[in-house]
This record gives sequence, C-alpha cells and structure tokens, in this order.
Amino acid sequence: MGAFHVQVRVMPRATLLDPQGQAVEHALGALGFDGVTAVRVGRAVTLTVEAPTAAAAEAQATDMCRRLLANPVTEDFEVLVGVTP
Amino acid sequence: MRVAVIRFPGSNCDEDTSRAAARAGATAYYVWHRDTDLDQADVVMLPGGFAYGDYLRAGAIARFSPVMAAVVAHARAGGAVLGICNGFQILCEAGLLPGALMRNAGLQFLSRPVDVRVERTDTPFTCAYPTGAILRMPIAHGEGRYVAADDTLRALEAEGRVVLRYVGDNPNGSAADIAGITNAERTVVGMMPHPERAADPLLGGAPGAGVFASVMQCLPTLQGGSA
Repeated sequence: MGAFHVQVRVMPRATLLDPQGQAVEHALGALGFDGVTAVRVGRAVTLTVEAPTAAAAEAQATDMCRRLLANPVTEDFEVLVGVTP
Repeated sequence: MRVAVIRFPGSNCDEDTSRAAARAGATAYYVWHRDTDLDQADVVMLPGGFAYGDYLRAGAIARFSPVMAAVVAHARAGGAVLGICNGFQILCEAGLLPGALMRNAGLQFLSRPVDVRVERTDTPFTCAYPTGAILRMPIAHGEGRYVAADDTLRALEAEGRVVLRYVGDNPNGSAADIAGITNAERTVVGMMPHPERAADPLLGGAPGAGVFASVMQCLPTLQGGSA
C-alpha cells in the first residue's frame, strides 16, 4: 500500500455557458490583458489516497468523481495521480 | 394528510413550508436529516435554503444525508415529493429528477418576484390550478439555471413534464424557461420559485397556496383513495 497524492480537476462542460469564466475574462480585459479568450472557471480537489498501486488510486478517485466530486450532467473531470514523497 | 418537511443543516424555508402545508389543512412535521424514518409521511417536502452551505455544489452533500435513503424509497414507491429551490437542487443531485441547476447566467443571486405559468396540472402539487395559470412568486437563488442533456430536454417536453415555466422574463438562463419539472410518474416535483413564501394573504396575496391545496385535493385520489 502507498499514499498517493491525487488532484481532481473538475470543469464545467465545454458546451455549457460558464458565466464565471465570462466574468473573469471581462475583468482581465478591463485590467489590460488583451487577447485573452476562452476563460473557464472550474475547481480542483486534492486528496491523498491509500491504495496498492497508482492505478488503483486513480480508479478510486475516478469513482469518487462519478459519485460525488463532479456532476455528470454538467461537469467533466480529470484525475491526476502523483506519488507523495 | 401527513407532510414531512425535511430539515438539513442550512435549510431556511422549513418553517414557511410547514406553515403553508398546515394552513392548507395538512399535518405538517419536521424530520431531521439524520433520521431514517419518515414517520408515515404521505408527502415529503424538501425546503429551500443552503443545505451544507452548498459546499461542492448545491445539494451535492445533502443527497448523502441519512434521511435521503428514506426519501428515495418513498419516491420509488410512488410517494409524492416536492423540492423547492434548494430542495429541487437536492432532488436533481439525488437522481430523482433529471438535469442540474447551475449558476445563474447573470451570476447574481436573485431575490425577487417572477411570473411562472402552470404548464401541467396532473401532478399532486399543481392540480388545484387551472392549466395556464400565471403565478407571481418569489425566487431567491444563485444557482437556478436549469440544464439538461438535449435528449433529456426533448423527453421532458414530449412527455409534458415541464410543470412551471418562466413567462416574460427568464431570470437565470434556464433551458426552455424551465422553472419546475416532474418525474415520469408525475409524483416528484421540483421548482425554483418559493410557493411557501406566497401562501399567506397577509404577505400580499397567496398564489403559491395552490401548491399546498393541491396536495390536499388530489393526493387522496392519486393514491387510489387510500389516504
């Protein structure tokens, strides 16, 4: 068993309106950052998972996303596993 | 008629909902979210508020409260369930209603009256209204933009499961101006407007009272006269 550091990235589905991303994009423009497009705001969840292998930790985190961390109707997720030192 | 009003940590429309049900003549009582027994409820109401502070997503944590297993069992057995605002969000997260409620298109939390049209009167929460009735009721939400997959939206329309629709002004960017929907069996209803806040003439009219009157009028018939 090892302790695996996992980061879950949850993003609003690309086809859906992301008003937060639009507002941030607008604010960046107001700050003078020209040429910034496609701003989207999501959420990152970091956790440490006890598992026999990295693959098992990834599988667990994926299950967590399907059942709680992401809403399958509106969000997409990505699971990134790295071994903690 | 026994109406169980579920209280989550962060519910804040529980008393209004209970009073509106009692005013219609029901026996209304509270069930704490850690309880697992609905105490022979005929109807379950999930009130508005901010259960669990809306952490993660509105309704995402509340759906795992111990009481939700009983609510889901009640619904699966054909029992009537109403979710108002945060309660609607919880019903979607729990999979009792399709789709999801996302951040309002304009980002702002909206607390103001809106007009909704009663599209369906074949549910236990709208049967006391004439079809097409326009109700002015308050909304108070930051996440009320109804979203669902295209095939889900098509099915909702084809099966006549859009119960309430915003008219004149879609406040939050909801798909197809949807303000309330029902399940295929027409026993579970979720709505973003707050009928319990518009159910007392002292508060300037009672267009929402019909939601609670509907329960008293129609549920006994829908239950085959057993209640």
